[in-house]
Amino acid sequence: MSKRKATYASKVKRATHMLFYKRHAKPGVKGWELRKALGSDYPKVLKVLDDYLKELDLKVQTVFENEKTIEKPSLEQLDKARFLITLRGELTPKEAKMVGWRIDDLAGLAIAISHIIANKGKAPRKEVEDLLREKLPGWKVGSNVDRYIRYGYLTQDESEQLYLDWRTRAEVDQKALIDLLLRTEA
Amino acid sequence: MQSKREHEKQGREKLVRIISTCKAVEERSLDPFLVDVDESIRTAREYLPEWKIPEDLCLDAQTIHSIASVVKLQSEWVKHRSTSLYTDPFLLKDKIIRMDKHRLVATFAQVWRPIVEFEQISIHSIMESLQYWINLLPLDERWKEQPPQEVQAGQASREELVKERILRERMFSEELADYWQQLKARVAENGQNGKVTYWGFVGADTYEETVDRAFMTAFLITYGYATLEIHPLEEEMFIKPNEKPETKIANKQLVSVPIPIPVEDWQKWKRGELK
Repeated sequence: MSKRKATYASKVKRATHMLFYKRHAKPGVKGWELRKALGSDYPKVLKVLDDYLKELDLKVQTVFENEKTIEKPSLEQLDKARFLITLRGELTPKEAKMVGWRIDDLAGLAIAISHIIANKGKAPRKEVEDLLREKLPGWKVGSNVDRYIRYGYLTQDESEQLYLDWRTRAEVDQKALIDLLLRTEA
Repeated sequence: MQSKREHEKQGREKLVRIISTCKAVEERSLDPFLVDVDESIRTAREYLPEWKIPEDLCLDAQTIHSIASVVKLQSEWVKHRSTSLYTDPFLLKDKIIRMDKHRLVATFAQVWRPIVEFEQISIHSIMESLQYWINLLPLDERWKEQPPQEVQAGQASREELVKERILRERMFSEELADYWQQLKARVAENGQNGKVTYWGFVGADTYEETVDRAFMTAFLITYGYATLEIHPLEEEMFIKPNEKPETKIANKQLVSVPIPIPVEDWQKWKRGELK
């Protein structure tokens, strides 16, 4: 193995450790942390790792600041972005249950997220809870919303307005969700 | 013809109305096009020459700021509608209500890419646990049965109980009667309309004494020796001694009033800032 290859192999291993193991309260690693640990060529290392992960149906997901999707990010933008390992393909509802979610809770999450997206990224908590009551038992609704907030899918301000939070931005393809919901025959 | 003062008053009211409408639109995510921006600007412009004092000019500036926020919301609204993410919320709501849970989950699962994360113990936590384990005494030492301590039974005198603050120096009823007399004397000395201010009566040289007086005052009121008068608007409290203890208060709704006695209030009272 050439010296260059060996260096990259070692950097990929290091990147794997950093990305898979939770280091902070929030999962994932900031670009600047990767730069510090792997050097300035960390985007290349992540690309190699992403190629490896393809076979395992996983991928390196980049979440930029301010929800933006950037086609050709600059190094500065990458440094501020958060990198995470997510699933590449789709989960079946059965598998979703194995990830630790009940069907009810997952349906509630889908409803809350799509309602907020349709309302320009912001909706009163009461409105979301009223909508959730259509599908979930009333006693569960409040605690479910709290759970979505705790996991980082939603966030709430002091006037009880709900917004999408970092985890939704990392895990959910918002546009595809709305398109699919509108296309699905009830 | 409308006087200048009335005209100004009307102008202020209109500006306040514009600000509150803009605020409602911002806070409740209402349609920003509900605000007639042209009309609002026209109103602000119409009254601008009338404003002379800084408060009015600030009100005008606040109005313009609120209108500007609504214009920003209108711009975002138009942008959002023109993007591919725009969806009629009512249409989507209708879809969601008609879809069953399993269908919703199946749809969501197609666009959901959950994060893969491993939770693990850090080297630091392992070292801490190890240290804890090393310092931990064996079970047989920790769970050793302690022989019960022998305590010699003895007698305590009344003075000792008073010293330990288990008993009060005098009977409670005697002390209460004494406070009642003190209150009557205080009203006769500095009272107005047969009453004194609450802090004027409970306030004392030390904070402990003040709390003690407040405690006794609570019983004076509860047992009908005195009446508490609260004027919420003026934020004033008065205490009024009764000629005879009133045990039955006919046709009156009795209420419990918690009165906090924080150190800060006592300090204010000492400085003469609290009446």
